[in-house]
Amino acid sequence: MSAEGGETLAIDVKGLTKRFGSKLAVDHIDIAVPQGQVWGFLGPNGSGKTTTIRMLCGLLRADEGTGTCLGLDFRTQSEAIKRQVGYMTQKFSFWEDMSIRENLEFVARVYGIDDPRERVARTLDQLGLTGRQRQLAGELSRGWKQRMALAACMLHDPRLLLLDEPTAGVDPKARRDFWEEIHALSERGLTVLVSTHYMDEAERCDRIVYILNGRLIVRGSVNDVVEKSGLHTFVLDGRDVRHLSRALHGQPGVDYVGFFGAALHVSGHDRDKLEAALDPYRNRDGITVAETAPSLEDVFIDLEEAAR
Amino acid sequence: MNFSLRRALAVLIKEFLQMRRDKITLGMIIGVPLMQLFLFGFAINLNPKDLPAAISVDDPGIFARSVVAAIDNSSYFQIVAHTHSPQEARRLLAEGKVIFAIEIPANFSRDIVRGAVPDLLIESDATDPAAGSYAMAAFRSLAATALRDDLVGPLAKRAQGAPPFNVVSHLLYNPESITQYNIVPGLLAVILTMTMVLLTCLALTRERERGTYENLLAMPATPLEIMIGKIAPNVVVGAIQSLIILGMARYVFAVPMIGSMTLLAGALTVFIIANLAVGYTFSTIAENQLQAMQMTMFFLLPSIMLSGFAFPFMGMPVWARWIGEVLPATHFLRIVRGIMLKGNGTMEIWPDMWPLALFTLLAGTLALLRFRRTLD
Repeated sequence: MSAEGGETLAIDVKGLTKRFGSKLAVDHIDIAVPQGQVWGFLGPNGSGKTTTIRMLCGLLRADEGTGTCLGLDFRTQSEAIKRQVGYMTQKFSFWEDMSIRENLEFVARVYGIDDPRERVARTLDQLGLTGRQRQLAGELSRGWKQRMALAACMLHDPRLLLLDEPTAGVDPKARRDFWEEIHALSERGLTVLVSTHYMDEAERCDRIVYILNGRLIVRGSVNDVVEKSGLHTFVLDGRDVRHLSRALHGQPGVDYVGFFGAALHVSGHDRDKLEAALDPYRNRDGITVAETAPSLEDVFIDLEEAAR
Repeated sequence: MNFSLRRALAVLIKEFLQMRRDKITLGMIIGVPLMQLFLFGFAINLNPKDLPAAISVDDPGIFARSVVAAIDNSSYFQIVAHTHSPQEARRLLAEGKVIFAIEIPANFSRDIVRGAVPDLLIESDATDPAAGSYAMAAFRSLAATALRDDLVGPLAKRAQGAPPFNVVSHLLYNPESITQYNIVPGLLAVILTMTMVLLTCLALTRERERGTYENLLAMPATPLEIMIGKIAPNVVVGAIQSLIILGMARYVFAVPMIGSMTLLAGALTVFIIANLAVGYTFSTIAENQLQAMQMTMFFLLPSIMLSGFAFPFMGMPVWARWIGEVLPATHFLRIVRGIMLKGNGTMEIWPDMWPLALFTLLAGTLALLRFRRTLD
């Protein structure tokens, strides 16, 4: 239960493994999330994020692995874990032919909450959903669906939130509000494991875990991950730099070229070779070449490319 | 826009591709009709033979023995019980163990020797008028020939002309052979089977297809709680449906209601739950709604064809009757006809009540075992 710092671990699993037929979906992953932290779960589509989250909340049986979730054996005590975990599915999975209020009241009753009506009314009020309570869940926009889903998985005061790409397809304002809420919850001691494809969201996490092809590739704070990558990045800015992308691609020392807004990020592991490759562009008209810290995106794309 | 064969073809190819991916459904679409063809093709017999009969013989004479032998040799009858009192024969008729009760009176042989024409009583269960009609006709012709070999010497002239004894037949429970008396209570069984199974066969399939199943599983509801919660509302639907059918039976078709309504209500409840449990079991197995519907059809057809609703139960070969015995509709059909037409009480319906209850229990258990607690 205790990590190095003596802190309590909300999730502490080792060797988590899941096979689908001959395919290894999750390959011996270790995760230890201290209580009260927000952990970001990153990786390309199909890397095993959803499978891992489902195993943690008992929706999939792990083929291998040991450990605890909220101090309970995640393999044998999943029923008890379910009562203390809020799980938000990747796809909206509430009843679209029921209103917001009906959905929430159903959830409240299943969790055995005393006075479900009162609790739902309070939750609706907190989330600003009172005006829409009679609207059918199926008629809501994505942003509102997501707010409703979060409200539903918070109803029973869980100690751990497992959120599977909660902000996919949600507009920026709604995303920002969502994260404000996540941070407020974490300040109250809630542990959050959230999978995402958004780098800005990853940067708001205490720790990130990057998985690829079912394997845990890197884990740590954003700075740790960037540092551990050993990547050097230069930013090329100026007129028509986007046309240089193709020319730079595949040059010795250049491992990855990517757009960063209008600018170009050129990254590589060998600093000298990389600089040599960029030299021809240094004195071109209207182009600036400067070293920068690699972004998380640079790091992840590099990891993905390296795995190929 | 003008018609383009190419576009139509594009859609056609897409449909074939998708059809090919769903191998189980495709298999069911081909397999289910084939199975049904074999099943019903061999099982259904509109001229039922070997019908169970109870016989009581009060006469030790040779003619009585010959009549019994003639009945036993006839392909239409199978003597399954020798009764000693009319009450015993009536009970067997009420329970549906026999379709005919035949009584050879005392002094039967003596009367024939003396030149009198004694009566031979045959009572038949006419709740299903079709079941016994051929056999009844056969019985009459049997009367004319049964004693032909025995009527020798001074009695030889009686072998010709009018039959030496008189067949008195009583059609019990439905003396006027009104088909509705049989069909309408039977419809209660068939309609309930159809709608109750349909109501629940999509219970979980729909959740799975809409993606809400994952949410349901992530919550702490147990399989038993989910099953009860999903079945219970449909019991009310079944009750309303039963009231409508029974009301129509009474006021439109004038079907008699001799037995206890309370008893019928009790049996109905068990029957409704049995079918809901079947539908729910299907929904734990089916991958999609089409498969669930196929399974429902697969259950519904035998419930109509092999239960004794559409065709006389006793006319089917033994293997088909065994399939029938497994189906809740078969037992409920006997119960509802028994209560409404025969005035049967708890004692008489018990032989069909316990299989119904057992079936419900087994279907419910199977559903719970089949319920997938994970998304594996």
